[in-house]
Amino acid sequence: MTTFELNGHTVSVHSPDDTPLLWVIRDEIGLTGTKFGCGIGFCGACTVHVEGRATRSCITPLGAVAAAKITTIEGLDPQGRHPLQTAWLELQVPQCGYCQSGQIMQAATLLKDYPNPSDRDINAVMAGNVCRCMTYPRIRKAIHLAASRMQGVSHG
Amino acid sequence: MIRRISNAFLVAACCVLVGLLLLARRPAIAPIGRPVPESFSAGSVAQGEALAAAGHCAACHTRTGGPAFAGGFPINTPFGIIYGTNITPDPKTGIGLWSFEAFERAMREGVSRDGSHLFPAFPYYAFTKLSDQDVKALYAYLMTQPAVSATAPANTVPFPLKIRAFQEGWKLIFFRGGRHGTDPSKSNEWNRGAYLAEAVADCAGCHTPRNFLGAEETHNPYAGYEIDGWIAPALTAANPSPIPWTEDELFQYLRTGASPLHGATAATMTEVIRDSLTLPIVPDSDVRDIAVYFADMDRASAREAGIAATTTEAIATSSLGSGQEDDSDADLYASACISCHYNAGPVPLAARPELSLNSALTLPEPTNFIQAVLKGVGDTQGAPGLVMPEYASSLSDGEVARLAAYLRRTRTKSPPWTGLENKVAAIRKASVKSR
Repeated sequence: MTTFELNGHTVSVHSPDDTPLLWVIRDEIGLTGTKFGCGIGFCGACTVHVEGRATRSCITPLGAVAAAKITTIEGLDPQGRHPLQTAWLELQVPQCGYCQSGQIMQAATLLKDYPNPSDRDINAVMAGNVCRCMTYPRIRKAIHLAASRMQGVSHG
Repeated sequence: MIRRISNAFLVAACCVLVGLLLLARRPAIAPIGRPVPESFSAGSVAQGEALAAAGHCAACHTRTGGPAFAGGFPINTPFGIIYGTNITPDPKTGIGLWSFEAFERAMREGVSRDGSHLFPAFPYYAFTKLSDQDVKALYAYLMTQPAVSATAPANTVPFPLKIRAFQEGWKLIFFRGGRHGTDPSKSNEWNRGAYLAEAVADCAGCHTPRNFLGAEETHNPYAGYEIDGWIAPALTAANPSPIPWTEDELFQYLRTGASPLHGATAATMTEVIRDSLTLPIVPDSDVRDIAVYFADMDRASAREAGIAATTTEAIATSSLGSGQEDDSDADLYASACISCHYNAGPVPLAARPELSLNSALTLPEPTNFIQAVLKGVGDTQGAPGLVMPEYASSLSDGEVARLAAYLRRTRTKSPPWTGLENKVAAIRKASVKSR
């Protein structure tokens, strides 16, 4: 049995240590906001936070996060109103929406490291998050909008 | 005539062997009742706790997830697996019956209470340099810990190497006892750092090359060595990091597990950082003194002038791969790595290990790079709070080789690595075996 913290709650799971964290989150715990995309860490749809930093959950084994703090899109903000989420809504960023929870989780780490990112910073840090609907221009715009609102206000 | 000479030689050889075996017998030291914890001063116990932390005793004497100091951790040596023993004050399975005299003999001479020789996997050759007061403090600390009944698994060192009497010979050739000396030409901080590094933490245990009999090459101190499939880099001026390990960089790295201009720790260094130098019981001043000692050893001050330029250059290469570069190797990097490893100026973030400044890319061999990519870094390994996924299941040997070659080509000035794909395959095979 492995115990870790998920979205502020302690959870104990029975999956073997080599089970990808993504499977545990979706199948054993039942939180389905985090998506399965490529399964090899190359598309970003499965991005969650481990200890507050964006991590590809499909290639992170459960054993590597025992006792860690994990946050999924469901726990990014208690009301679902993280500045990135409100910016996303306002600018109607998603089209099909499949990759978007991963995009937002990755963007949250970007803004933590670079609160006022340049286009180059966004292109680089978001390069591993693929969007088949090509919403990239709106993603970039929403990140700038959220960044401008977060200046001087602290958000996880 | 020839027969007579060879007979005489045989007799002489037998005499030497018998003599050695006789010499090898050390007297047992009589057992005592476990000393009552109140017989030790609180100051001595606290000092012992700080020393045990700085010397990361728990790393070898605690199995993963097991009770502290109760033994059972497997140490891989070229001669077989040696398990850390139980050093809690349990009378049957630990050191509860050990008098101070017995404890001190083990620390300074590598001899167990019963008179048998300890293997040099236990670094008595370093602990022999400890001050009398510090050995007493360590005894006080260990004897006041909870007693745990636990017997370590049997070592896998094969016959005849497992015969402990042979250690007498090893000691005759390689072991020199004696206290640590101070260098009056150096500062107090430097001398304290030297003492901590040489007598307490045994940094040389991993960073100094060893000969075929497992003894440190004393003429080649801190020149770097391979341990548990990873390279422990040189700590001298030969260290391959593009930016010298200054006192500040060393302090931050040793205290937190990551530094902006060098990256994050991994592998065997994990225990030295997480079970040792990050602990509050180890004073900042001790970690700072270790940094002073090694910053002097790697001649950082002579190379400080180039730091700003090298950092700027590194940041300039950090976004390579994120554009439309029509390079499939760059695409591989952009998809798998850049989201965590990209840095913007003026200085990289410690949480974003900057690959162009990382010794994993500048070492003569790609070993550490391949290990990190294949195995990742779990939450209990490396720097606290930094997790890297494992790419063993998602990247082929060829793809890891392409990534390594690409980064070496675009992020360093070092010559290309050779035989990359075979090296990836070999490391992958070895890690499957060790599971």
